Amino acid sequence: MTTLPLARLLAIAAAALLATGAATADTLKKIKDSGSITLGARESSGALAFTLGDGKYVGFHTEMAQRIAADIQKQLGLPKLDVKFQVVTSQNRVPLVQNGTVDLECGSTTNNSARQKDVAFAMTTYVEEVRIAVKANSGITAINQLNGRTVATTTGTTSVQTLRKHERSAGVDFKEVFGKDHADSFLLLESGRADAFVMDGQILAGNISKAKNPADFKIVGEVLSVEPIACMLRKDDPAFKKAVDDSIKGLVKSGDLAKLYDKWFMQPIPPANTRVGLPASDATKAAWANPNDKPMEDYARK
Amino acid sequence: MANWDWEVFCKDTATSEVMAGCLGAGGKDITYLQWMMSAWGWTMSVALLALLVALVLGSLMGVLRTTPVKGLVWLGNAWTELFRNIPLLVQVFLWYHVLPALVPPLKGLSSFVLVVFALGLFTSARIAEQVKAGIQSLPKGQRYAGLALGLTLPQVYRYVLLPMAFRIIIPPLTSESMNIVKNSSVAFAVSIAELTMFAMQAQEETSRGIEIYLAVSLLYFISAFSINRVALFIERRTQVPGLIGGGK
Repeated sequence: MTTLPLARLLAIAAAALLATGAATADTLKKIKDSGSITLGARESSGALAFTLGDGKYVGFHTEMAQRIAADIQKQLGLPKLDVKFQVVTSQNRVPLVQNGTVDLECGSTTNNSARQKDVAFAMTTYVEEVRIAVKANSGITAINQLNGRTVATTTGTTSVQTLRKHERSAGVDFKEVFGKDHADSFLLLESGRADAFVMDGQILAGNISKAKNPADFKIVGEVLSVEPIACMLRKDDPAFKKAVDDSIKGLVKSGDLAKLYDKWFMQPIPPANTRVGLPASDATKAAWANPNDKPMEDYARK
Repeated sequence: MANWDWEVFCKDTATSEVMAGCLGAGGKDITYLQWMMSAWGWTMSVALLALLVALVLGSLMGVLRTTPVKGLVWLGNAWTELFRNIPLLVQVFLWYHVLPALVPPLKGLSSFVLVVFALGLFTSARIAEQVKAGIQSLPKGQRYAGLALGLTLPQVYRYVLLPMAFRIIIPPLTSESMNIVKNSSVAFAVSIAELTMFAMQAQEETSRGIEIYLAVSLLYFISAFSINRVALFIERRTQVPGLIGGGK
């Protein structure tokens, strides 16, 4: 799932130009030779990956990526590994991984079959569920109650397409408004311009926890879409993928991944010291129990 | 890049299946191509209506700034500085989030109307500046000659000053008209389904950002360039021999 896209035409144009350069196929060799690894960082992807400013990047997946980098350092026997961050956006993340600017992007990228044509994905470490947030006193409990109402979502996210699909299949008709980012979409709900905000569960939970009065909002209704979120890496580099996957499996086995999850989703997190308060879903736990890199389409088929 | 995929435009926006003939059944069943054309329509609607607002208000304010009446000059100056010194995106948000909270009747207006006014007023400040410059570029004697003939002040503007001033400022007005097409991209921020929003949304859904942005860039170019050609046509048709840029 994606977050916060600001149309960065420039970035994508630059990425397009760079993409013509040959990408290194052997990432492990590149890391060994250069003594450095570049991780993709997101500025605002909920508790999964965000920035505190000053070039500090944190979050569940960001910290996990740092642990993976440490494991790779151990595997390569490097005395010192320089871990660099490169900020990526929804628009430029795939080209930047393809052309070798970023070695490993752990943020909020949905593993889907369209992207698998361009890049590879590590084991799924978080399963996102798209839900509906409404005002607690609205009485809305399901998507079909939204007929004729106004629904907010954020431009540049797959939730927009999810809404469209539901609209067509369920025969409901709602008016859509699009926020330019999640905070904007939440403002639409808060100010009453929209009756519901449809988005990733963790984004909704995060925004509600930061609201003036969190008790005024609640997350209701069925799960509209299930999306596996995974780290993205270059295609056709089995050695690097194995190193990343092994590291993730190790983190699951030792219980460290669950601890990381608890740290970022259940405990108070910076900058506002609020809790997201979203326990790991059954789908996320299932992905940890049976590590896999199945695309989103396989989840929908179930 | 060898791996282009232009077929993406023929895909249905809900099922992602390639549609025969590149067109969906209509209604809610549309392809990305149809969506992009509709987005182009929104872009042009926002831009052209905002241009209309900008030309009317900008000319009025520009004229006020050159009148001998101090109060009117002050009004024109205040207007220009207000709308020129606040970033466009901030103005759009002021119109969308802040003004309706202060003036409840505005809540009934659609975001389309609000963004047309935001963009129109922003551009009107720039046009006011150009109209003022155009009028001031004329020799003072023309104004006095008109008054000496017994014309009223409005008549002097209507028959003497403005016909020449507008001819002089056609080139900067052309730039401004082209700018408004490009500036209309801020409308995405208040939920107008125009080209920039289409690009951001469609590239996310299809993962073919480069194809989508190239197509959208081309449409922006075509739109702005058409305005440029229309303006050139107007400039040629209105030429007066003996004036600046007129007959050779």
